[in-house]
Amino acid sequence: MESSLDQAPAIAHAHAHAAEHTHDEAGNALFGFIVFLLSESVIFLSFFVSYFLYKITTSDWYPDGVTGLATREPLINTIVLVSSSFVIFIAERFLHKRNLWGFRVFWLLTMAMGAYFLLGQAKEWSELPFGFTSGLFGGTFYLLTGFHGLHVLTGILLQGLMLIRSFIPGNYDKGTVGVEETSLFWHFVDVIWIVLFILLYVWQ
Amino acid sequence: MTNVPIEAIANRTPQPLPGAPDNWKRFFTFSTDHKVIGIQYLVTSFTFFLVGGFFAMIIRGELVTPEADLVDRTIYNAMFTMHGTVMLFLWMFPSLVGLANYLVPLMIGARDMAFPRLNAIAFWMVPVAAILLMASFFAPGGPSQSGWWAYPPVSLQNPTGKLLNGQFLWLLAVAISGVSSIMGAVNFVTTIAKMRAPGMTLFRMPIYVWTVLSAQIIQLYGLPALTAGAVMLLMDLTFGTSFFDPAKGGNPVLYQHFFWFYSHPAVYVIILPIFGIFSEIFPVFARKPLFGYKIVAISSMTITFVSGIVWVHHMFASGTPPWMRIFFMFTTVFVAVPTGVKVFAWVATLWGGKLRLTTPMLFALGALIMFVFAGITGIMLATVPIDIHVNNTYFVVGHFHYVLFGTATMGMFAAIYHWFPKMTGRMYNEGLGQLHFWLTFVGTNLNFLPMHPLGLMGMPRRVASYDPEFAFWNVLASIGGFLLGMATLPFILNMVGSWVQGKKAPDNPWRAIGLEWMVSSPPPVENFEEIPVVVAEPYGYGKNEPLVAGDRAADLVTEPS
Ligand code: HEM
Ligand SMILES: [Cu+2]
Repeated sequence: MESSLDQAPAIAHAHAHAAEHTHDEAGNALFGFIVFLLSESVIFLSFFVSYFLYKITTSDWYPDGVTGLATREPLINTIVLVSSSFVIFIAERFLHKRNLWGFRVFWLLTMAMGAYFLLGQAKEWSELPFGFTSGLFGGTFYLLTGFHGLHVLTGILLQGLMLIRSFIPGNYDKGTVGVEETSLFWHFVDVIWIVLFILLYVWQ
Repeated sequence: MTNVPIEAIANRTPQPLPGAPDNWKRFFTFSTDHKVIGIQYLVTSFTFFLVGGFFAMIIRGELVTPEADLVDRTIYNAMFTMHGTVMLFLWMFPSLVGLANYLVPLMIGARDMAFPRLNAIAFWMVPVAAILLMASFFAPGGPSQSGWWAYPPVSLQNPTGKLLNGQFLWLLAVAISGVSSIMGAVNFVTTIAKMRAPGMTLFRMPIYVWTVLSAQIIQLYGLPALTAGAVMLLMDLTFGTSFFDPAKGGNPVLYQHFFWFYSHPAVYVIILPIFGIFSEIFPVFARKPLFGYKIVAISSMTITFVSGIVWVHHMFASGTPPWMRIFFMFTTVFVAVPTGVKVFAWVATLWGGKLRLTTPMLFALGALIMFVFAGITGIMLATVPIDIHVNNTYFVVGHFHYVLFGTATMGMFAAIYHWFPKMTGRMYNEGLGQLHFWLTFVGTNLNFLPMHPLGLMGMPRRVASYDPEFAFWNVLASIGGFLLGMATLPFILNMVGSWVQGKKAPDNPWRAIGLEWMVSSPPPVENFEEIPVVVAEPYGYGKNEPLVAGDRAADLVTEPS
């Protein structure tokens, strides 16, 4: 123990200490992010449960003059969003093989698909004959799609950030945890959408 | 490596004592040190304990006489709403998070929390929420008057018609405090899962760490449900949607489900760390290992999950169908089993021990007694036929004040005294501490015991005026309330006085076993010179075994003969 009062071992110790830090931090960040997503999923679950309960207990579910939702364009939208999960997966593969341009191309493609989804959503909203205050159906419809849309937007912004960061030299020396988290978030947003699509569009 | 006294290792880089130039200022900075953040939380939350206490004094003042003669009824409504909200969201939760922030990294042998910056952000959201809540006093129509539940349709009334009203600010404040709590929960769970020192296996963690983990998991699954309900309520209030508005075909009972799906488990978020505090303090001052360590640890986790399926016991009188009542009555009684197991473990720990009645021990013992009483009234309330009669009466108010004041707040005091020497490097004044205890113990019982006969006689809660037949017990309760108000004076005097000029505290004033007691008081930045290697279970009192590799901790343990 006496020896650790000397300079040299103390410095060695400090180095070991720094290494121990960076290694743990990435693991912790991913773990913490998963914990956060699990927690976040309970908000969606709560909204789903509300929708389900309202729908099975309300007699006049649709507002006057509305008979249901058109499914064609939302279905195309769904297909685009779900496929983007595979595209982002390919982007990640490229990154692991240290093919930065491959990563960037597929990453950008994911972003474009996400943006396509959001625009499609906006178009649908603008054409619907009912609004947020049109009874429980209108309320839950816009609540669910809006809250999900916010997540898509967050995902795209995160992806943009990761894309910009990929141009910083040495960005991946400390690992790729940011990219992994973003892509995890994207899969999460996708899975939520599938449940949402079934609830809102399939179960009419 | 082996024979160096611990003091020599620990004292090498002591943190400068508070009071040294520009030192106290660090508490006003965006510090990421978990110890600074812990104290920031504790001091902030205690400030709001005083604010919430001030509201309580007004409530008790109004209730001295049967007539509503002290304040206007709308003010009375605002007072009980703000009292409950402040005490829960600005005193109980943040104070417990503060203590956990301070202790968890030290107890598991980590240098800090997993995400120090997130930690600081989560803390600074608390004053933001507090300012928003207090700002509602200046909003048109004054603060929210719908109680800490904010049940619709009452919470949807907006007589002034303004967008920015008391209820809106209330929802905003609760939402921000919720986001802060979720950030904290992510941080605690990650820290405990990933940052334990070598050798600190799950079943070597102090029970306090177990209880923090259990409580924070509840936050993670419960708070989002409340958030969802709060968002929908906010939409109803602000944009005129109809989720919970019965006049527009909405369902107000669904809000109750969201609210209690979180707020029942939330009482366990509060009480579990208090159980942890008991489990740390009793062994130290009884000089015996904690009885049934593993069972106590597992009980905490059991409570985490079972407490998620009992919430409807708050809604027995909300038109709940009979099958639901029976189911939730059963689960509520069931969740009391692991709780009872713990009580048994503490009594067995104390049994035959050489009890040292220091201030923290007195507070912990007092809190345990109050908890047993509250547990009994809790089981009574869980029984549907009884609850149908006393629901929404003072009996319920009596029950939860025995837990929230008698157990949780007194348990917090026990913890503050117990770890005060560690946090500040100074000893508190024992005489003032004991005075604080006796005033609090007598005041709590005098204030909250009369609420039980009142409830049984049928006095409803949340009223500013009442039938004169209830006067006797109300006067007693008010005297108790004012006594409790006075009881905080010796505490404040003690804390401030001792921090400034108390006796210097040694590293381990209680001869306690635990990693936090092996570093200097207050601990250095980054806590440990060298991360310790844990070789034994906690609570090795009287066992003569070292806790960490290369230590002679046994010396600390054996009684001087
Ligand atoms: C043995 C354990 C417990 C049981 C069986 C129990 C049971 C109950 C029941 C059935 C009610 C609903 C009464 C009603 O509204 O009609 C209730 C209310 C309450 N309990 Fe407990 N409880 C227990 C422990 C606790 C603990 C540990 C806390 C807090 C730390 C707590 C805090 C509360 C609060 C705050 C309320 C009332 C909330 C309100 O209506 O404003 N309880 N309890
Ligand atoms: Cu409850």
